[in-house]
Amino acid sequence: MAGAPAFAQPSVVPVTVVGDAIPASLTGVPGDAARGRAIVTSRRSGLCLLCHAGPFPEERFQGTLGPDLRGVGARLSAAQLRLRVVDGRRLNPATTMPAYHRVDGLARVGNAWRGKPLLDAQAVEDVVALLATLTD
Amino acid sequence: MSRVAAGARVLALVAATVVLAASPACVQSDARRPGSATMSPQTRAMQRDDAQNPAMLWVADGEALWSRAAGPAGRACADCHGDARASMRGVAARHPAYDEASRRPVDLGQRIAACRQRHQQAGPLAPESHERLALEAYVALQSRGMAVAPPADPRLDAHRERGRALFHQRIGQLDLACAQCHDANAGKRLGGSTIPEAHPTGYPIYRLEWQSAGSLQRRLRGCMGGVRAEVPPYDAPDLVDLALHLASRAAGMIVDAPGVRP
Ligand code: HEC
Ligand code: HEC
Ligand code: HEC
Repeated sequence: MAGAPAFAQPSVVPVTVVGDAIPASLTGVPGDAARGRAIVTSRRSGLCLLCHAGPFPEERFQGTLGPDLRGVGARLSAAQLRLRVVDGRRLNPATTMPAYHRVDGLARVGNAWRGKPLLDAQAVEDVVALLATLTD
Repeated sequence: MSRVAAGARVLALVAATVVLAASPACVQSDARRPGSATMSPQTRAMQRDDAQNPAMLWVADGEALWSRAAGPAGRACADCHGDARASMRGVAARHPAYDEASRRPVDLGQRIAACRQRHQQAGPLAPESHERLALEAYVALQSRGMAVAPPADPRLDAHRERGRALFHQRIGQLDLACAQCHDANAGKRLGGSTIPEAHPTGYPIYRLEWQSAGSLQRRLRGCMGGVRAEVPPYDAPDLVDLALHLASRAAGMIVDAPGVRP
């Protein structure tokens, strides 16, 4: 975009979907699985365990709306995991899984969250790195 | 049978059909379960036993307020309505209902607040104020055991339809519709909570998490905030329209107010 100020930080990084995956990292910086774990188990940022169960004994309350995340790193590649976290609606428009890195197509978003994705680009990479370690 | 009652019957059937269409897993309309059905045995026992149910404290205060004079004319609810056990029977079961004066649907709490201002000319009863909740709980108790009976009033149709649309609209940063949780995923666990079917039969409730009584409006606002959506102010049309839709989904179910919730 010619003329866009260099300091503009787009809240959402454009992605290229190939098949059922996003092969390219959103940031070019490798994800950190430990940070990813903190996000996934957090009831403030990731919210994942509201809907999913998984190998996270530190979190007592786990959900049953989505599949158990045990073994997901063996079932899916990092590229496939990335699309499921960024925007699972591209695979299943009716999914209950929120799109974590998308801000368009949403209605009645509360003021505090408007224009902000659930996870920023590096947080997505961190979560993907953690999910890739869940191989059994 | 009066025409209104017959109309309510038809409506109950229509509502039951809608419920069936929305969730193929339900084979019968009485597969619908009140919120108390998925609670722990302790919480259920607390709701069942009036001596243990903390909401009964609000009922007792409501009963006292019922006969207390207020406003310049010094009139009490009882001066116009007599014994609530007779005059208020079934009133909660048919709310929200159409209010002639404001030409809008109002829920039971709003109806009581309006009566207080219009007929008693006393100060306003703010939403979630102790007095409004106490009177609402006392009036709701008079419908306990009766079937939810949304009025077949055509002036409510557009509002009810709007409520149905709101129930199915995905909202908020989490992009979730009420129906995705309460129709498609009822009975599953959302973190530590079991998702109820969202029937309004027990309101107002005492909620352990709130350590207080609260209205259906408060509950709906909580769910909206939970998906990080805009939360309408109390008494906003969205909340009443949603309550109308919830009442038609629950038509024929038994009022078990005042409820207890975790
Ligand atoms: C509101 C509920 C909800 C939340 C919150 C949620 N998910 Fe999901 N997730 C689902 C559902 C439901 C599916 C099943 C796929 C579908 O619906 O298309 C799913 C699928 C997935 C899958 C694919 C699993 C597979 O075996 O194919 C992954 C990976 C995943 N979620 C990870 C996450 C992560 C990581 C988070 C938090 C950052 C998260 N989910 C938050 C509901 C949720
Ligand atoms: C992410 C899932 C989810 C969404 C979306 C959601 N709710 Fe809820 N709702 C819940 C849960 C979980 C509870 C029970 C909370 C508890 O017991 O702690 C609940 C409780 C309720 C109740 C109380 C039921 C009872 O028996 O007391 C009503 C009514 C309700 N929701 C209506 C709505 C409406 C209307 C919407 C849409 C504006 C909505 N909910 C959106 C999960 C959801
Ligand atoms: C001066 C007489 C008067 C007083 C005092 C009064 N009301 Fe009313 N009330 C009415 C009238 C008349 C209606 C019929 C609807 C209308 O005009 O608003 C009504 C309607 C109602 C309704 C709806 C009944 C239905 O069948 O749908 C409720 C509930 C109610 N009042 C509760 C109360 C409460 C609670 C109080 C005390 C805080 C109170 N009223 C005080 C005259 C009164």
